Amino acid sequence: MSLIKASATDLLGYLQSGQVSAVELLKQYLDRIETHDGSIHAYLDVAREAALERAESIDRRRSRGERLGALAGLPVAVKDVLCTAGWATTCGSRMLQNYCPPYDATVVRRLLDADAVLVGKTNMDEFAMGGSTENSAFGVTRNPWDLTRTPGGSSGGAAACVAAGMAPLSVGSDTGGSIRQPAAYCGVVGLKPSYGRVSRYGLVAFASSLDQVGPLAATAEDTALLLEVLAGHDPRDSTSAKVPVPDYLLASRQPLGALRIGLVREHFGAGLDSEVDAAVREAVDWFRDEGAEVKEISLPHSRYAISTYYIIAPSEASSNLARYDGVHYGYRTDERAMLGELQESRQRLLQEGDNAGAENLDGTLVRMYRKTRAEAFGPEVKRRIMLGTYALSAGYYDAYYLKALKVRRLIRQDFDAAFNEVDVIMGPTTPTPPFRLGEMIDDPLKMYLQDLYTVSANLTGICAMSLPCGQTGAGLPIGLQIHAPAFHEHRLLQAARAFQQGTDWHIRRPDLC
Amino acid sequence: MMADTAYEVIIGLEVHVQLQTQSKLFCRCSTRFGAPPNTQTCPVCIGLPGALPVMNEEAFRLALLTAVALECEIPSFTKWDRKNYYYPDLPKGYQISQFDLPMSCHGGLEISDAKGAFPDRRVRILRAHLEEDAGKSMHDEVAGKADSRIDLNRTGTPLLEIVTEPDMRSPQEAKGFLTELKLLLTYLGVSDCNMQEGSLRVDANVNLHVSTPGGVVATPIVEIKNMNSFRAVERALAYEAERQYQVWLETGRKKGDVPKQTRGWDDQAQVTRGQRHKEESSDYRYFPDPDLVPVRVTPAQIEEARQRLGELPAALRSRLQSDYGIDAYSADVLVNQGRLLVQYFEAVAQSTGDGKRASNWMQQDVMRSLNERSMVIGDFPVSAPALAELLSAVQRDEIDNTRAKDVFARMIDDRCSASDAMAALGIAKVDEAQTVELCREILRANPKAVADLKEGKQKAVGALIGQAKQRNANINPGRIKEIFLDLARSEQI
Repeated sequence: MSLIKASATDLLGYLQSGQVSAVELLKQYLDRIETHDGSIHAYLDVAREAALERAESIDRRRSRGERLGALAGLPVAVKDVLCTAGWATTCGSRMLQNYCPPYDATVVRRLLDADAVLVGKTNMDEFAMGGSTENSAFGVTRNPWDLTRTPGGSSGGAAACVAAGMAPLSVGSDTGGSIRQPAAYCGVVGLKPSYGRVSRYGLVAFASSLDQVGPLAATAEDTALLLEVLAGHDPRDSTSAKVPVPDYLLASRQPLGALRIGLVREHFGAGLDSEVDAAVREAVDWFRDEGAEVKEISLPHSRYAISTYYIIAPSEASSNLARYDGVHYGYRTDERAMLGELQESRQRLLQEGDNAGAENLDGTLVRMYRKTRAEAFGPEVKRRIMLGTYALSAGYYDAYYLKALKVRRLIRQDFDAAFNEVDVIMGPTTPTPPFRLGEMIDDPLKMYLQDLYTVSANLTGICAMSLPCGQTGAGLPIGLQIHAPAFHEHRLLQAARAFQQGTDWHIRRPDLC
Repeated sequence: MMADTAYEVIIGLEVHVQLQTQSKLFCRCSTRFGAPPNTQTCPVCIGLPGALPVMNEEAFRLALLTAVALECEIPSFTKWDRKNYYYPDLPKGYQISQFDLPMSCHGGLEISDAKGAFPDRRVRILRAHLEEDAGKSMHDEVAGKADSRIDLNRTGTPLLEIVTEPDMRSPQEAKGFLTELKLLLTYLGVSDCNMQEGSLRVDANVNLHVSTPGGVVATPIVEIKNMNSFRAVERALAYEAERQYQVWLETGRKKGDVPKQTRGWDDQAQVTRGQRHKEESSDYRYFPDPDLVPVRVTPAQIEEARQRLGELPAALRSRLQSDYGIDAYSADVLVNQGRLLVQYFEAVAQSTGDGKRASNWMQQDVMRSLNERSMVIGDFPVSAPALAELLSAVQRDEIDNTRAKDVFARMIDDRCSASDAMAALGIAKVDEAQTVELCREILRANPKAVADLKEGKQKAVGALIGQAKQRNANINPGRIKEIFLDLARSEQI
């Protein structure tokens, strides 16, 4: 029996009833990875042996009648931005190519406590910066629906592995859309929880005030299952919220009731692909037919969201990434070569009689910093470090960073006002279907505009998810984005699950030969 | 200072105080000094990817206590900021500090000098804020190979940075401020203020206001670092004032003509030296740390801190003077020794009812003994009741002051009571009639001395006292002097 297309909630039932063992299940996924990941490259590392051992031990414990965790025996893929003790955590960067953390991220600990089987670490844009996985130092991930196209990013590997049936559940991170955009491009479900819902401890920081860890899965129910394990207060993260975690699976199964849906006028304007537009409107019509009230709303400051995001995120990133300096861990430039170069430059200047120039040469320490960072960071990471450093610099801080914080507050007020009128806000997750690899690599600004609809949820701290709601004529997935107020993930899951009860977009899988 | 110069020294201080917490400011690692390098570290304090800070409540409580003691305003809202700069002993590439909204500001500390080295003054505190300490770089240059090592044990230790207004007008005042601040911090129990271990670090900003025919001119401000004792601070400032005056005479440079300079104090050479640095000014790109939530301080918390302050040095000094009738200088000396010594003094003074005697004994005998033994009052073998017993014996004339010192020494050596020590020394109360008889005997044997005394030559009595003491060590020389004089005058020999 092939279990690859089964949902995680169904798999959990099979495991519990003994229809399948954790080892058998894992082997099917490992075979699938073996067959398809060569072309897709969703994983940076697959922990075949460790996962098998763990699956065996879970089977043993189950056979002894032990009480097992909520995900017992389910394979889970983890984005390589989450620290795993003794298991390389690269963040898709040369900087951390051989870096092995000495501790587990809180969410990793929670997965292990839930008896999940960690199958591998998934590919991503370097330090989660990007929307295509093209910024990974270890090669791109390809979209399972069309190998010439991007799976999105930064959690491209996380979405692609679910779409390709190489993991039933996957954990990603979302700073400006990094879960939802790849979920939309890969035709899976991805949820960015409210800020503070999930611990950030052990999530390698990109932009601390925006980062959240969240689930990716094939269905709303599976997403609920995983979110419940990930969510909850963590004393190690000062920004994690002391808000009780509901039974998300149960909540998702509640009948929809009279839902008030807001459609953002500004999200259906110029730049929106017509096929995406049509699919999203059709999905909204489905809800209307089910009795939802749909009204147009306005988020007047949403047009500043991208600019605001691209000030705040790089500013925080420029500081968060300062620690990668070659001193304590991670990549360091070849010291011998560096010293040789310094010696050479100094002698040349002295020969030319430029004593002042020789005197002003960067010393070994500064040179080590410069070369280490120049060699180990990719262009997008450098671009953002420079943007952020500039925005925080004396004389520019008020005009950029401080102003961005003010606009961020205005955007939040827009959403607060909107949620007084509607229960959820719906719209497209992305302006276009997945683009071709290489198509935007030389146009960072155009790439940034892909985040148009997603960054607001991060700026405001509310929750949002993407679920498949259609396909283009060429058979590429289209995502519907739903926003709900902070700590109303259950409302997202409920709406998404209802939609999936009535439609079959989530069941469709790419045709992988 | 040169006698004919008309300039005033303007000094402001920046003091970094390590707070005495069990664990670091943002993680649970120990703050103990002297552990082997890099044994008190964790993912948080060494800035590993993904690790997050969580504020140590105790550190904030100690900072609050200090801020209240420094009479600072305590805003109800304070936050954490990142100070970004690169250095190998700063593993995150930024220091968590407080920038525009410090946890306290606008306080002050009264300073005075009992000997009048400077006028009484209130040194205003500009701000006091919490931040994390950096690690230590150790530069090891062996056989021409420069090798730097980094110890991150200290990284993340809570520091309170206290910044004064430029209110001090002499190196003595600066030293006076530091002494008073250290005393205050010690009384509060918030820091051990050990400069050798780096628990207290001082930087100074100094310039001159020179009087010229055209009015007062300010010279460029210089920051002095690397001063490892209060004495070094005093000397560095004195040196720097004179150096700046010479530079002024030579160049006429005013504040604003040159960028702010940083100079290091060379304690061996007793000079300050310019520290080499590049032209560009540092930009720390401060911004609010998104990993930490702002701190809200309630009036109840401030009140609780106020309740916990206890009696602070300034109040204690004036109370000792009024309660025990001791002079300002003595009160100062006692209070400067710390709260425990004052408690000891008060116990002795209350028990004997003679504050002055107790104060003299504290200063001359107890403190000297402590110094000789490098001991603190808590470990002193003579308890306050034991000393009180001895002083009461002196008061009752059972023993003279000189003998009492012998007894005191014995009490320290034998760790015994005054009466046991007196017994051990064979000291017994001397019968008055016997003493008078002894004096008669001596006078009869020294007619020349009697004649001298009759002529009012009191000097002669000294030799007589000596003889008496040889015959009976227990007699009180003061009393015996009176007897000799009375007998000689009355000619009842």
